[in-house]
Amino acid sequence: MLEFLTEFPDMSRRDLRDFKLAIDGAFRDFSRANGEAIEGFFDPLLWFLIWLEKLLVATPWPFILIIVAGLAYLGSRSWKLAIGSMLSFALIGYFGMWEDTMSTIALISVATLLCVAIGMPLGIWMAKSDRVQSVITPILDVMQTIPIFVYLLPVLMLLGIGKVPGLIAVCVYAMPPMVRLTNLGIRLVDKDVLEAANAFGANDKQKLFGVQIPLALPNIFAGINQTIMMALAMVVIASMIGVRGLGIPVLQAIQNQYLALGFMNGLAIVGLAIIFDRVSQKYGKRLQEHRGGHDHG
Amino acid sequence: MAKAKIKIKNLYKIFGNKPDQAIALVRQGISKQELLDEHKHVLGLSNINIDIPAKRIHVIMGLSGSGKSTLIRHINRLIEPTDGQVIVDGDDVMEMSSDQLIQFRRFTASMVFQKFALLPHRTVAQNAAYGLTIQGINEREAVERSQRWLERVGLGGFEKHFPAQLSGGMQQRVGLARALATDAEILLMDEAFSALDPLIRNDMQGILLDLQKELHKTIVFITHDLDEALRIGDQISILRDGAVIQDGDPQDIIMRPADDYIADFIKDINRGRVIKVSTLMSKASRVAGPKFESTALLEDVLTVLNQSETESGAVVDDKGKVVGKITMKDAIQAMARPQRAETGTRYK
Repeated sequence: MLEFLTEFPDMSRRDLRDFKLAIDGAFRDFSRANGEAIEGFFDPLLWFLIWLEKLLVATPWPFILIIVAGLAYLGSRSWKLAIGSMLSFALIGYFGMWEDTMSTIALISVATLLCVAIGMPLGIWMAKSDRVQSVITPILDVMQTIPIFVYLLPVLMLLGIGKVPGLIAVCVYAMPPMVRLTNLGIRLVDKDVLEAANAFGANDKQKLFGVQIPLALPNIFAGINQTIMMALAMVVIASMIGVRGLGIPVLQAIQNQYLALGFMNGLAIVGLAIIFDRVSQKYGKRLQEHRGGHDHG
Repeated sequence: MAKAKIKIKNLYKIFGNKPDQAIALVRQGISKQELLDEHKHVLGLSNINIDIPAKRIHVIMGLSGSGKSTLIRHINRLIEPTDGQVIVDGDDVMEMSSDQLIQFRRFTASMVFQKFALLPHRTVAQNAAYGLTIQGINEREAVERSQRWLERVGLGGFEKHFPAQLSGGMQQRVGLARALATDAEILLMDEAFSALDPLIRNDMQGILLDLQKELHKTIVFITHDLDEALRIGDQISILRDGAVIQDGDPQDIIMRPADDYIADFIKDINRGRVIKVSTLMSKASRVAGPKFESTALLEDVLTVLNQSETESGAVVDDKGKVVGKITMKDAIQAMARPQRAETGTRYK
């Protein structure tokens, strides 16, 4: 009796082993049968990623600097930010991290595009139905909290080491804020304004594109900003499964205790993060300038 | 009375989980309070029957919770009724398919809201054009066509501003321009001026009355403000606890309140400035003394009669022909509040 209380009544060791083996076996069979098809499905994504990476690396560096400054200015309308961004890129290049940085930017861009392309419709769908929301929310919780290596395992078994599994790992981690903030933004749209759209006979499409998305834009932008930040945070982990970029030197630095190498590449990631963050935030703010009342009267 | 444009027939609205069961109880005469306490359903509207005449301003008045905003939302079916009909030009709005309803809202009935409900990301010009763009007219043409309405409500020159840059009164002018721009015959105004301060409200009422003189729209106007109702209403329905308790023109309501509730309501009204001489006159064709137009207000009549040597005056129509007689005694009596109509019921 006492033994029952001190020992947890767990499954017998043999049953547990069989249980695990059964799952492993089933998944292995599944990946053997479908691995290639799934890989084929992701091929266009891979081509796009490789193409973008090559394009960025092949473009002469002065052009990239000009483009960076130009985009930063267009986004933020601030010369300070534009020049600051250009200087950081120049510094990154001067310290020999140019190519890795281009690879990382390619990965982040594709990951962000993917997250927006999937996350925004998902968020809109969630906002339309409480039932969908109650199903998706726990999935998002899992995506954000499950240890990355755990979900990397099945992805690796299916697709092997490479850019695509890296991209998937980044997206799984970086997409939830996009979905959540799109959902939130659309749910927070002023009910009175939506009612007015209804009263004037707007159909679902006119309501979505004319009222809901425009009014949710500040939140949607916050979502994109968060997605970019989280994707950047994943760069080092992605490098463990064969994604090129600033993560690889960091990984080498960890393995060999190269302090300077680690810090330089780490700071390059931080630099990118700050540039992306400030520019996208300023852009998001500019989008809602109309909310302020400057000349009341 | 002009032909009814909108006929509301036996309209019920009950809020709750099982309105279909609750409606049977309501038909048996259960009170609003009992329905709430014992059955957890809220009686929004109870057996509403109103005929709204074409080309007039019909005011629906009631205090908060009386169901007036719920009622106006049934006319364009922003709220689904539990039972009943809303017939506009012979068609039952409640029977419309969703496509027909969208067409109805785009072309037949437009709306002005208490909280303006403008689109904050669109400019004043784009807001005024909103109804037209929803109809499928391209943005440029829509803005051009709505321009004249912006000017008509006195907002020329503000086209490029955003709503947040305007004061409340100006925002509501945009709301009015937006509703007028679609050329809908019916204008639904849900406490449109209630959020504005008194002077601006007065202005807006003036603008509305001026517009109505040339546009002759069928306007349903919701308000909780009796002064407003009396000033702009051709016809007034008073709503209490989801039911219509009196339906009539302003003079009618002032002179013959249906029950104590309404009598209470009108007791602070300046009767001299509301009651028209035509309401008080007795028929006559030859009368000595000062002459009054039939729309003259009691206040002015009293002043003139008081200074005149005769105890009575003549009422003339717009061609100057004598149609009635008004005596000092009638006029003074009209200034005193009526207790209540003989047929009225006491309210609790």
